[in-house]
Amino acid sequence: MNLDLFLQYMVAGVTYGTIYGIVAVGFNMIYNATGIINFAQGEFVMLGGMTAVTLGRFLPLPAAILGAVLITMIVGALLEILFIRWLHRPSVLRMIVITIGLSILIREGALHIWGESVRALPYFTGTSVTSIRLGGVYISPQVLWVVGIGAVVVAILAGFFRYTLLGMQMRACAANRDAARLCGISAKNMVTFSFMLSAGIGALGGCIVSPITYVQYDSGVPLAIKGFTVAILGGLGNSLASAGAGMLLGILESLSISVLPAAYKDVISVAILLGILFVRPSGLFGSVEEARLKEF
Amino acid sequence: MRGRNGIIVAFVALALLVGAGVQAAEPIKVGAILAVTGPASFLGGPESRTLEMLAEEVNAKGGINGHKVELFIMDSGGSPEKAVSFAKQLIEEKKVLAILGPSTSGETMQIKGIAEEGKTILLSCAAAEVIVNPVAKWVFKTPQKDSDAIQAIFNQMKSMKISKIGVLSGNTGFGKAGKGQIEKLAPENGITIVASEVYDKASTDLTAEVTKLKAANVEAIVNWSIVPAQSIVIKNARQIGFTGPIFQSHGFGNIKYVAAAGAAAEGVIFPAGRLLVADVLPDSNAQKPVLVKYKNDYEKKYKEDASTFGGHAYDAFMILAKAIEKAGSTDKEKVRDAIETMRGFVGTGGVFDFSAEDHNGLGIDAFELLTVKDGKFALYGK
Repeated sequence: MNLDLFLQYMVAGVTYGTIYGIVAVGFNMIYNATGIINFAQGEFVMLGGMTAVTLGRFLPLPAAILGAVLITMIVGALLEILFIRWLHRPSVLRMIVITIGLSILIREGALHIWGESVRALPYFTGTSVTSIRLGGVYISPQVLWVVGIGAVVVAILAGFFRYTLLGMQMRACAANRDAARLCGISAKNMVTFSFMLSAGIGALGGCIVSPITYVQYDSGVPLAIKGFTVAILGGLGNSLASAGAGMLLGILESLSISVLPAAYKDVISVAILLGILFVRPSGLFGSVEEARLKEF
Repeated sequence: MRGRNGIIVAFVALALLVGAGVQAAEPIKVGAILAVTGPASFLGGPESRTLEMLAEEVNAKGGINGHKVELFIMDSGGSPEKAVSFAKQLIEEKKVLAILGPSTSGETMQIKGIAEEGKTILLSCAAAEVIVNPVAKWVFKTPQKDSDAIQAIFNQMKSMKISKIGVLSGNTGFGKAGKGQIEKLAPENGITIVASEVYDKASTDLTAEVTKLKAANVEAIVNWSIVPAQSIVIKNARQIGFTGPIFQSHGFGNIKYVAAAGAAAEGVIFPAGRLLVADVLPDSNAQKPVLVKYKNDYEKKYKEDASTFGGHAYDAFMILAKAIEKAGSTDKEKVRDAIETMRGFVGTGGVFDFSAEDHNGLGIDAFELLTVKDGKFALYGK
């Protein structure tokens, strides 16, 4: 394999990785606030993409994306308020069942609203054939948009959780709900807020990847599976780690295609996941001590 | 008490009499197993809407031979397991005369045996050749054969002097069957497959796959798939700077795929039935009136573009209706014979000539080579 070809595979890997990573970040958000996995995360991504395509008919692209993110955030908040808020100390299993149920609900709802056809936002820069040529390597400008926006989102989130009061309150709730409540933090509001935030991030992700991946009422599930894999791989709860793990998985998948038939792509990613979970159950970047304290 | 009971009995008897009177024109029960939702919904969606439209139309005219059509549309979601249980339900419980569909080749192959065993006519809307080759007594299909589609592509390649190709296929029944046919037909056409990859139907980006093909120096890419991911292939191939021709299957015949691929779809070459270019066909074409009527009716009723897939369901329904008319009865055996001996039936997919050896009834002339020009389907080279 020559250098150009190798770099071209790397570009493909980074594209896959960013798509996975951006979904994984949403998983982490709710996990951080509640200690549960929201299996409807992929549906937030789908909702964001679908809503933006619909709004895009009347509004300019940035406004359509902003609108889609806001609408999905409201949906996220409503779901939490209607289905989760009033539960008293729900078990992990119960939450899994509820979020899987919500995922099916949203999917079927989307089918009724939008039908079964495939949609996509236009490419932000150029068209579907535009590519930037660097030496012998071609990169679609949309990949740069996805990587750029993804990086900004992860950076803002990291800062938000570390330095803002609201972010610290959310972390406090995740660490110890009772202690946080004793300090006067409304744990319930924090959970609602985390759902809104992760819905918003999912929706933004859905908007920026939709020119590449397309969006359909049922495109949330495969994205959620990959995103979940990456979130576990990086260590649950750590957004930066899942971004890194996403890249790693994407590049490994892409390089695997260069030597093996492409049909084995998913086999390889799952094999890697299993291998790492046997050796490091807390994920690649997670701390072993921390993992012992986690419920899930 | 006794008197009151008598009145009730009288009423019941009367009701039964009335019921018996209605029963004289017993409806014809027709089942349909279609992927209305799920990954193959772009097939099943237009198919089920087409069937509903046709049943309404036929019933408004008083039905077939005075019998109304009662349609049972089952949504398999594209899953072979569901198709199997629906097929059993339709045959054993509903006792349908015929089953239209399924939408996909994978599902059809799973229920082929059930239709044979249940002696129920199966008019599949799926493309793979294995459905009717070898011929099964009760199984027919309306879409054109994939081997003919591939031959049409290879003929075009020969005139373009292309001999080294790369093949990408989706991991669905349609993709697998097509890949097999391509590999079988390539040597006799003097074409070498230098790289072949299979991709997942839920793929989100396929840059690595097309990079591999480009690295193998292929002159043209054949992309054989029926799922939305096929549009991703075209896009990624153009993005990495592949400039050779891209050939698609007849599974590309949905304008939504063209819209999804955007500028990358321009110039793609694919064989398809004439529905997509109904408006630009010469008036001398035998299919034109049928195509234009179906297209206009469908587009007026559902406010969306008609696709060849809906056309397959149209053909299946109309062939069945014609066969019932011809047989003059709803006896399964007689209707089946009527289909098998039907010749010169003008449908959306082509002019059907069924025989005991050919349960598809279409030849390579059912295909027209199409391309995409300014985001619309156009006749290739014209």
